[in-house]
Amino acid sequence: MSFINYASREINCKIVYYGPGLCGKTTNLQFVYQKTAPEAKGKMISLATETERTLFFDFLPLALGEIRGFKTRFHLYTVPGQVFYDASRKLILKGVDGVVFVADSQEERMDANIESLENLRFNLQEQGYDLDKIPYVVQYNKRDLPNIVTLEELRRELNPTNVPEFEACATTGEGVFETLKSVAKLILIDLKKGR
Amino acid sequence: MSYPQMVMYDEEFKQINAVIEKLLREANAKVIFLVDKNGQLISGVGETERFDTTSLASLTAGNIAATGGLAKLIGEKEFSILFHEGEKDNLHISIVGGRVILVVLFDSRSSLGLVRLRVKKASEELTVIFDRLMKKAEEKEKSSDTEFPFAEITDDDIDNLFS
Ligand SMILES: Nc1nc2c(ncn2[C@@H]2O[C@H](COP(=O)(O)OP(=O)(O)OP(=O)(O)O)[C@@H](O)[C@H]2O)c(=O)[nH]1
Ligand SMILES: [Mg+2]
Repeated sequence: MSFINYASREINCKIVYYGPGLCGKTTNLQFVYQKTAPEAKGKMISLATETERTLFFDFLPLALGEIRGFKTRFHLYTVPGQVFYDASRKLILKGVDGVVFVADSQEERMDANIESLENLRFNLQEQGYDLDKIPYVVQYNKRDLPNIVTLEELRRELNPTNVPEFEACATTGEGVFETLKSVAKLILIDLKKGR
Repeated sequence: MSYPQMVMYDEEFKQINAVIEKLLREANAKVIFLVDKNGQLISGVGETERFDTTSLASLTAGNIAATGGLAKLIGEKEFSILFHEGEKDNLHISIVGGRVILVVLFDSRSSLGLVRLRVKKASEELTVIFDRLMKKAEEKEKSSDTEFPFAEITDDDIDNLFS
């Protein structure tokens, strides 16, 4: 849940990148980190295994600028995608303002995508959130690879509710900022409604 | 949404800072932070400029969340106090009023006993302030008293953030 500080005139929002293992969540944050001006970002923290799989979370704070005199900050988190880290995923979803579901476009990862999306919906529910009501976008990642599923099929399986969706290649950065911008926008629009 | 918006107003911000500044002095601490359970820094006093406060807030919240998960697994509600002992500096982390995390960094000029004692007193004061803050936020929300900064936000405002 966002935090509005009228005393220091700041607003903080939490965005969580969710998705199956190796789909490219950490790579998304790394690209954002690389391309953001030094004054607009804090340190990126990665709590990872020795083989660079996310163990607990990645964290990247962005201070993008001001809206109506309020410093607007987004805190980007990734969850660990590997199935057995479910307890950690639940913890990271606490207080979330918006979710990016990163799907792996490769054919052999379709089952993992579907399972992870169900897991997201379930874990949100456990915290009292409804995936259909919170700011939420989908990213189809790894579009550069040869063995990928068509956009139509991805849509049918992973985006039946027609939320904003983006094709991406997180390693080159294609679609990465479009995705972030879209979810940030939904969060701010949600805030505007004042809940 | 079932979650109340976390907010902070000038009046309570000053009161909170007065409490943690007093705690800083009385506990002989180096730095004190207040962090929201979701990892957002609320305030800090002491030698804050020596630390990456944003990272510190996020990791503290992660730490509390992880130990809270452990607590549930063994049938405890939560571990309300964590203590990390370093070679020079130590961290005393505690939960205030169920929702805010108080982090006290201290070295050999202080002691765990002293910090514990002072934190206990400060926690009671902070709990009162945070309770009042929550009530105030709820009332403002109900009365839809819109000094709310984002009511008038436009698409251009949002686009400008990313330009
Ligand atoms: N070809 C290609 N490789 C990608 C793309 N995005 C990520 N990768 C690679 O996929 C691997 C896994 O990426 P990560 O970002 O670590 O995946 P993750 O989702 O964080 O994985 P977990 O931390 O285990 O949940 C890395 O080797 C990346 O370089 C992409 O768009 N195209
Ligand atoms: Mg990762």
